[in-house]
Amino acid sequence: MSSEVADSAEAPALAPAADPGFLQRFGGSIEYILIPGAALLAALAVFGGFVALFGKNPLDLYFYMYQGAFGTWFSWQNTLTRAAPLILTALCTALPAQLGMVIIGGEGALLIGALSATAAALMLSSAPPLVVQLAMVCAGMIGGGLWIMLAGGLRQYRGVNETISSLLLVYIALAVLNHLVEGAMRDPASLNKPSTREIGAVNMIGSIPGTDVHWGLVFGLVAAVAAYVLIYHTVFGFAARVAGGNVRAARIVGLDVGRLVLTVCFIAGACAGLAGMVEVAAVQGRANANLAAGYGFTGILVAFLARQNPLAIIPVAVLLGGISASGGLLQRRLGLPDASVLVLQGIIFVAVLGSDALYGRLRFLKAGS
Amino acid sequence: MDFGRFSRRQLLQGGAALAAGSALGARAALAADTTIGFIYVGSRDDYGYNQAHAQGAAALKKLPGLKIVEEEKVAETDACEKTMESMINLDGASLLFPTSFGYYNPHMIKMANKFPKLRFEHCGGLWSDKDPKNAGSYFGYIDEAQYISGIVAGYSSKTGKLGFVAAKPIPQVLRNINAFTLGARLANPKATTQVIFTGDWSMPVKEAEATNSLIDQGVDVLTCHVDGPKTMVENAARRGAMVCGYHVNQSPLAPKAYLTGAEWNWEALYPKFVKMIAAGEAIPNFYRGGLREEIVKVSPYGEMVSTEARKHADDVKAKLVAGDYVIFKGPIMDNKGKTAIASGTDRGQKDPELEKMDYLVEGVIGATS
Repeated sequence: MSSEVADSAEAPALAPAADPGFLQRFGGSIEYILIPGAALLAALAVFGGFVALFGKNPLDLYFYMYQGAFGTWFSWQNTLTRAAPLILTALCTALPAQLGMVIIGGEGALLIGALSATAAALMLSSAPPLVVQLAMVCAGMIGGGLWIMLAGGLRQYRGVNETISSLLLVYIALAVLNHLVEGAMRDPASLNKPSTREIGAVNMIGSIPGTDVHWGLVFGLVAAVAAYVLIYHTVFGFAARVAGGNVRAARIVGLDVGRLVLTVCFIAGACAGLAGMVEVAAVQGRANANLAAGYGFTGILVAFLARQNPLAIIPVAVLLGGISASGGLLQRRLGLPDASVLVLQGIIFVAVLGSDALYGRLRFLKAGS
Repeated sequence: MDFGRFSRRQLLQGGAALAAGSALGARAALAADTTIGFIYVGSRDDYGYNQAHAQGAAALKKLPGLKIVEEEKVAETDACEKTMESMINLDGASLLFPTSFGYYNPHMIKMANKFPKLRFEHCGGLWSDKDPKNAGSYFGYIDEAQYISGIVAGYSSKTGKLGFVAAKPIPQVLRNINAFTLGARLANPKATTQVIFTGDWSMPVKEAEATNSLIDQGVDVLTCHVDGPKTMVENAARRGAMVCGYHVNQSPLAPKAYLTGAEWNWEALYPKFVKMIAAGEAIPNFYRGGLREEIVKVSPYGEMVSTEARKHADDVKAKLVAGDYVIFKGPIMDNKGKTAIASGTDRGQKDPELEKMDYLVEGVIGATS
């Protein structure tokens, strides 16, 4: 048993964690909570030291971070609002990772999804709101899905590195967005901020009742749980993980790897596209350059911190949402520059990736199992 | 980096004042302690758009009884709504200045509706009767200062070729390019302005390329309309060209090459707003002005500006301050040979037609699309 635990530590740090099987699942879960938790605390301690170097009291720092992120009901809503798009964009990286692919182009899928959803809403402007909203969801998911499927197809049939192509597709998506928003889809009344026409207040999806948090959070939670079930509890997910572990073995047992790659990439892009649809239908009300706010890029960080596990993405997204929610308070109360939040994110990222070396080496866990 | 602006005492004072303010019902127009929030889209030491606002905020810090809270690099998404709410809920801000164009609609409008007793002042938006009464928009006719820059540039250029590094072909930017060119052609009727659009507000690499490419084509005086003119100013000075600044005074960056520049005068306007509130006057919801209203100003002339240029520029400036000078006075041809403003038509600073400008005047080399 202990040798199998050690095996998982030898797996490449960035590859999806191998399914530990039913017997080991319990010990593995403890590790999966304990190690990243310790890494997080270590990162906060290092950041406290960094802040102390500039003459600020680290205890003030922790207090304001807590207050800004989770201290009040308003802070919680702030955190969850920021977490919502991150859950969806993180899935865009985490799902292809099951196949051993590193997709970092969620931002592009988000933009194309947002653009498609806006186009759908503007074309159906006279339809009932529910129809418009459903069409926006479909259009956003299809648009984003096809965008990442393009990167998957290039890798599968043309041998183009999917990391590079998905990143470059972000810039193409941004150019397409700007081109259409400043050209064919421009509302002539949007003088100094080129934008499309508004989708209309009745078509906005609004907030979850009783809160300020938009429905994107629910979409994200449902998508993350569905992705978890798909990957760990279906034949399709098993096949994807087999292909991710060893492509040749997968082909020998007769799996259609090409179809797997395209399907998983489509689902991944659809998640990011849905995030784009939510940005339009819950926040901006139209498409313009504001959509490129970097959610797709932060999603990559979330996916890696969650070790590409769809369920773990939820708490990690909330954590990063909380950090960005508290960032404003750090600026205002401690006079820290905006970049300090990036420093903290960077320290957490390094600490969590570095802690990968600890898996399977914790003696008390071995003794326990 | 500015780390030295916070003390525990200030925080306690702020908290105590806040409690006192709410106990008194906060009816007094400007109670002993008023918290004002400033939100910037970029960093507040960018030698550009955001620094201009931060200088205005710094002017307020000198006034007694005011507490200023600032947050930089806030994206134009629901993040800025959350920042406003956070300033209101956690800092007790009662007057907010979200300073970036994209914060206006839907974000600031939403917050103004949600907090009808607080005041929101936006830079650049176009407030209309449909918008909440506690919201306002202010902006300056900075093309007047660009016109003066143009006169100085026209006299100073030896080649007669001027360069303009611009972000996007939107009305505000086109108006600056046109005013600069019209001014230059007062001094030198053969002067031309070559314009390069970089496509976005903050593109340092493209701005540097554009600067170099303009100088390679014989341009010897440059100006710009991007968020951070630092890149253009430093590169142009290094290449031996002269520059006219924008947003703030960039002469510290290039003391030998800096001719003059078009600057915002927020450090005059913001204290004026605060005094209006303190006196119980309403700030007009739609507040505009130029040199006359001291919303914009012209940088002091550099040493190499000739007496002739100074005299002509000062002369026109005096007429603009007196309010009896029209920059966009027909006949004005566009650079495609069509009449942009017919002979006999005066388009004064407040003419709404100018807000829709979509052409480049004769003498500008470049295209709007």
